[in-house]
Amino acid sequence: MFAASSEAASAALTSGFFLENAWVIPVIPAVAFALIIFFGRRMPMKGSEFGILSMVASLVFSGGAIMQWIDRVNGAGEEQFIAPIVKTWTWWQSGGMEFGLGQHVDGLTLAVLGVVAFISTLVQIYSVEYLRGDRRYTHFFASLTLFSAGMMNMVVAENMIQLILGWEIMGLCSFMLIGHWWEEGANSRAALKAFFTTRTGDVGLLAGTSILFFAANDWTQKTLGVSGFSIRGLSAWALSGEPSHSAIVWGAAALFIAAIGKSGQFPLHTWLPDAMAGPTPVSSLLHSSTMVVAGVFLVARLYPVFFEGMDILGGSSNFIVIIGGITIVIAAALAFVQTDIKKVLAYSTVSQLGYMMMGLGAGAWLPAVFHIFTHAFFKACLFLGAGSISHSASHHSFEMKKDMGGLRKFMPVTFGTWVISTLALCGVFPFSGFFSKDEIIDNVGHNGYTLFMYVGLGGAFLTAAYMTRATYLTFFGEPRGAAAGEHHDDGHGDAHAAHDDHAHDDHGHHDHHDAHAAHDGHHGDSHGPHESPALITVPLVILATLAIGSGLLNAVPFGHSFENFTKWVEPRVEVISPTGLATVVGGPGASRPAAEEEGDGHSAEEGHHDSPCGKETPKDGVCVAPQLSHAEFKWSKAALSMIIVLLGMVISWVLCVQLYDRKNKALVGLTERNALLGRGYRFLVNKYYLDALYENVIVRGIAHPVSAAAYWVNQNVLDGAVNGAGNITRKVSGWVYRNVDQRVVDGTVNASGEAARGLGGFLRPVQSGKVNQYGALLFGTAAIGALVLVIINT
Amino acid sequence: MLLNQFLVLGAVLFSIGVYGVIARRNAVLVLMSIELILNSVNINLLAFSLRSGTPDGHTFALYVIAVAAAEVGVGLAMVLLMYRNRRSIALDELAEMKG
Amino acid sequence: MEVLSDHNWVLSVGTFLPLVGVLIMLFIPKGEEALNKAVGLGTAVATLAVGIFTMIQFDYGKAGEMQFVAQTEWISVIKSSYLIGVDGISLPLYFLSMVITVLVMIYSWDHVPSPGNPKAFFILMLVLQTGMAGTFIARDLILFFVFFELVLLPMYFMIGVWGGENRQYASLKFFLYTMFGSALMLVAFLALFFKTGAESFSIPYLVENGGAIAKNVQVWIFAGMFVGFAVKVPMFPFHTWLPDAHTQAPTQGSVILAAILLKLGTYGFVRIAIPILPEAAKEWAPWIGLLSVIGIIYGALGCLAQTDMKRLIAFSSVAHMGFVMLGISTLTPFGLNAAMFGMVAHGLITGMLFFLAGSVKERYHTLEIKRLSGMLKQMPRLGWILGFCAMASLGLPGLAGFWGEFPAILSAYQPADGLPVETFRTFMVVAALGTVLAAGYLLWLYQRTAFGEPTAEFAPGHGHDEDIHDVGTFEWIAWTPLLVAIVVFGVYPQLMFKVLDPAVKVALKAFGS
Repeated sequence: MFAASSEAASAALTSGFFLENAWVIPVIPAVAFALIIFFGRRMPMKGSEFGILSMVASLVFSGGAIMQWIDRVNGAGEEQFIAPIVKTWTWWQSGGMEFGLGQHVDGLTLAVLGVVAFISTLVQIYSVEYLRGDRRYTHFFASLTLFSAGMMNMVVAENMIQLILGWEIMGLCSFMLIGHWWEEGANSRAALKAFFTTRTGDVGLLAGTSILFFAANDWTQKTLGVSGFSIRGLSAWALSGEPSHSAIVWGAAALFIAAIGKSGQFPLHTWLPDAMAGPTPVSSLLHSSTMVVAGVFLVARLYPVFFEGMDILGGSSNFIVIIGGITIVIAAALAFVQTDIKKVLAYSTVSQLGYMMMGLGAGAWLPAVFHIFTHAFFKACLFLGAGSISHSASHHSFEMKKDMGGLRKFMPVTFGTWVISTLALCGVFPFSGFFSKDEIIDNVGHNGYTLFMYVGLGGAFLTAAYMTRATYLTFFGEPRGAAAGEHHDDGHGDAHAAHDDHAHDDHGHHDHHDAHAAHDGHHGDSHGPHESPALITVPLVILATLAIGSGLLNAVPFGHSFENFTKWVEPRVEVISPTGLATVVGGPGASRPAAEEEGDGHSAEEGHHDSPCGKETPKDGVCVAPQLSHAEFKWSKAALSMIIVLLGMVISWVLCVQLYDRKNKALVGLTERNALLGRGYRFLVNKYYLDALYENVIVRGIAHPVSAAAYWVNQNVLDGAVNGAGNITRKVSGWVYRNVDQRVVDGTVNASGEAARGLGGFLRPVQSGKVNQYGALLFGTAAIGALVLVIINT
Repeated sequence: MLLNQFLVLGAVLFSIGVYGVIARRNAVLVLMSIELILNSVNINLLAFSLRSGTPDGHTFALYVIAVAAAEVGVGLAMVLLMYRNRRSIALDELAEMKG
Repeated sequence: MEVLSDHNWVLSVGTFLPLVGVLIMLFIPKGEEALNKAVGLGTAVATLAVGIFTMIQFDYGKAGEMQFVAQTEWISVIKSSYLIGVDGISLPLYFLSMVITVLVMIYSWDHVPSPGNPKAFFILMLVLQTGMAGTFIARDLILFFVFFELVLLPMYFMIGVWGGENRQYASLKFFLYTMFGSALMLVAFLALFFKTGAESFSIPYLVENGGAIAKNVQVWIFAGMFVGFAVKVPMFPFHTWLPDAHTQAPTQGSVILAAILLKLGTYGFVRIAIPILPEAAKEWAPWIGLLSVIGIIYGALGCLAQTDMKRLIAFSSVAHMGFVMLGISTLTPFGLNAAMFGMVAHGLITGMLFFLAGSVKERYHTLEIKRLSGMLKQMPRLGWILGFCAMASLGLPGLAGFWGEFPAILSAYQPADGLPVETFRTFMVVAALGTVLAAGYLLWLYQRTAFGEPTAEFAPGHGHDEDIHDVGTFEWIAWTPLLVAIVVFGVYPQLMFKVLDPAVKVALKAFGS
């Protein structure tokens, strides 16, 4: 199943059932979705069993595939190219173009697939408790399951069309889940905003796919026998030296716009914090760990295209690294002025996605992908922790300043997992974030993007500081508001006494914040803060464990033997014969053995280390990954970033204690007293006025004046023209009637009429109105006529 | 010759019909007179047809009969309406068409 | 043309069977409403059965050829003959017209619009059915024209009698607009006839001989057809009859109008204008493309300015048909396939949206977006269906709408040889922006009407509880096939593409593809 390579070191690659059938993984939740929709309501657990079972099944399949992939890699030579397992079936064809469905399974696929399946499973289990009794419980699970199907489909996608399919399904689910409690106007607006913003980016996806397809199709068909949508085809094409400069630049730029939209990069990040209006499990799954990394995944997946198109490692800054760098800083700065714990986490997510983007833009492919992996665990854990707090302690509020504080005593498990995840997020050794984030920063510097290395370090400082602030406000100090047992149901007149009724009242009002009819049910028993039940804490503990442990998969500091992730996931840069790129299946079961035997051994002669993949054109064969180098790990560099992180924590801690606990006069109200600080603060609170720009200027601009103008044109110009034509016709006809018809034509007629009138007066008596006389006249005339005839004929 | 007698019969019937149309006040009688005229024409048609040996006249006569039937139908309907409206079918009382 | 199949009666039966139903209904007294409806529906179902038989007998291996061809003398004085047949292009639309008629009749079972009189209403629908089906099978220009015009009258009466407050204006506008286009179209047909030697009106003959006409003459003839078809599509700037007609028409009229009537225009381009006059088509293609993308953006902007749900959906038709015309203007098999798919998808989706608008109107007695809210709460099923259709309409992959929209955009990247590539690539980007606007207005509509709490006016206990109920039985029966089709074609578009593809290639033979 691989390129025949005459090299002795290369062994036959192994495969296995799970690898060969990885396409089943997205199908399972898709089927479960249908089952939930049609039968969910009638099931004892209201459909959640289908969702959880399908997630577990997907997890098992993914796990199996991962194990088999590891075997495949371990069984191969050190530098040998590990062919992805590709299958494709014709989906539809039109006008000579073929569109396929299939799978493209390699290390990247499996890494992300594993994360999605794993976190989806945990979040669904968590949601059983978190949304217990919710009015649209079944819908919720249906959407979650469909989301997983879409995401997994995108991850295993063999071609761009399949990827778009998954991509858009995720967008739809995001819309449905953010708007889950659509009774509240703010939620439905957030849902709309999220969908609309990502959809704006998707223009780039459609356009980029089209551009790349037409640019690459001839080459891929000729060389590889696959269509220009195929991911491996595009990758090989991008590195073949064939592409015209403009096509690949435009294609990559267009696709990157889609990635900006989906992954919340500056300047399209504004939807992500608003998306926190959705239920917390949704924020945890979609809007932090999985869906929002889709954009990053896209860049990583088609890395050769971006590598060439964006001129990564080309010696100067490129679009991706700049956007990533800006995103890190602006999002981290915004996290400081948030009072809503989920918003802090949301901006943190945006900032972390910026790290991934920056890493990819600077040629640090593997650390970026590894950061997708580790970030998913600790960020999901943080969100679920926030959910746990709101569920059991803060009365469904996410306001840190108003309703939290001092919770560490009441919620030891939540607190513990939170702290672990926070340390991981900050990148403290030896938590997982350290191994990914520090590697990104390190490699960015190593690849010559020194400025962005400092941006990364600054981001690390900010991250440490804002997370310390959030932790302090939530778990330390004195309990406030709801956490202290108060109920401040502002804007919720019927207050607490009515709460229990809500649970039974389908038309019940909803709480201000992350409210749902469900939770009202357990208000009766517990008013004060307490630890959440096991269904919530167990996922937290599992995720926290992974927040510590997942970093060891690629613990560069511990030596080469710990770099398993690199070994399993990073594509090998070997020039291979085109036929060896992948197993191609022409139809169900019909494999093409020729592809396996045709290798002509070109790759044998090519040295691995000076592989031409990348900035040069390979002489023979193709390659699908650019040559990248890894930074040498140095404890000195790690120590520097550690110190920066600790500095951030300490400074933030001291300030928090002074500001929130001691109420230090020098600090409290500083923003009101100092004009410059105040302006900066307002700038941040208003989110750089980006929302104002989008909503008030662009959207309102299009929605109101422009569309109104267009409509005005429609009604007055176009329709006016039609009506005008009608009116003119009528007027012309009127004029013609009055002047031509009445005067000229009628004039003639009237003149003759005058003459006729005299005659008429003479003949009037004839018109007696009597039938008999008419008859007589008729016959008389006939008789005269007959006489005339007779006379003439004789 | 037989033809002459047919033509004479036709002429007589025609004249009676014309007289009826002109002289009678009763609308029904006028209608009957019209029938007479039409049938006199039929007789003429048949006579000429027999003489010439072609079926054209027969065909035409049949056609006339059909039209006559329709005409009587319409005519009687009018008479009926007339009667319903003014309780009389005297034609000389009808002068709405006076110019 | 030789007879390819022994079943060449099926098309004539399928087309004229509705008229038999009309004949029967003429003898049923007006008062027997149930009987009238039953006969009407029965006829439509029987017609559909013939349609299904046609689908079964159709030789999919030869979808590029005309099948079930029948030819007899008709008006020999002007050398027009009764020549009919279907190929892969006609078949989906021919069948769709039958399905839509049945579904509309089912819906009408308990939704006869005021002022009642189901007998006349059903008769008009049957006549419409004959006209629509006939247009799709006619292979002779005069025959085509007759059917094309036959459609006009029932629709005129439907809008004029059963329409909304402003129905007189709308129906007259519809009628005059279309007549205006038809007049030019007829002139173009006649010119075509005389320029090809006054031999025949049959399309196959004209396809063979049309290419020989001098190019500048072709361009003028094409212009005449263009106006005729563009009015029907409707393309910007000939679209202004559409919002009025749709808004004023009864639900059934809107559905038929959106699902089938608009396709008569685009079908005319694909079947007549482009194959017969390839040179002129090339000259015109950039302009058609330009008007299409203007239509896409303009229709979307028009939607955003609307305050009335039905009018919004009507304007969205302008945008969607813009995608269809963009696909056609590329003159590539891929683009034409996309356009044909888009036609059917738009028929299903927008037809469904009009059904929904009708049902909303029936329940709330208003379609003003401002006054509607919280539909999901009061009618969860209807609300979800509306959401589903909105998603399908904005081109979500996995639902039918996407396969009309995305391939059309894709095809614009590489139009047929000889067309200005850069221009079309610009069109592609503009059209892609149109998808964003589509998402904008549809989601805006959905958010405003379905989400949130019901407005005070329609809140429970304010006298509207009787009217506001969830989806009824007849609505389910009428809607389910459409909903299923939207999913099926979305998941497996090959079902339609495999029928279309060979026929489209034949239609574009003149372009060397």
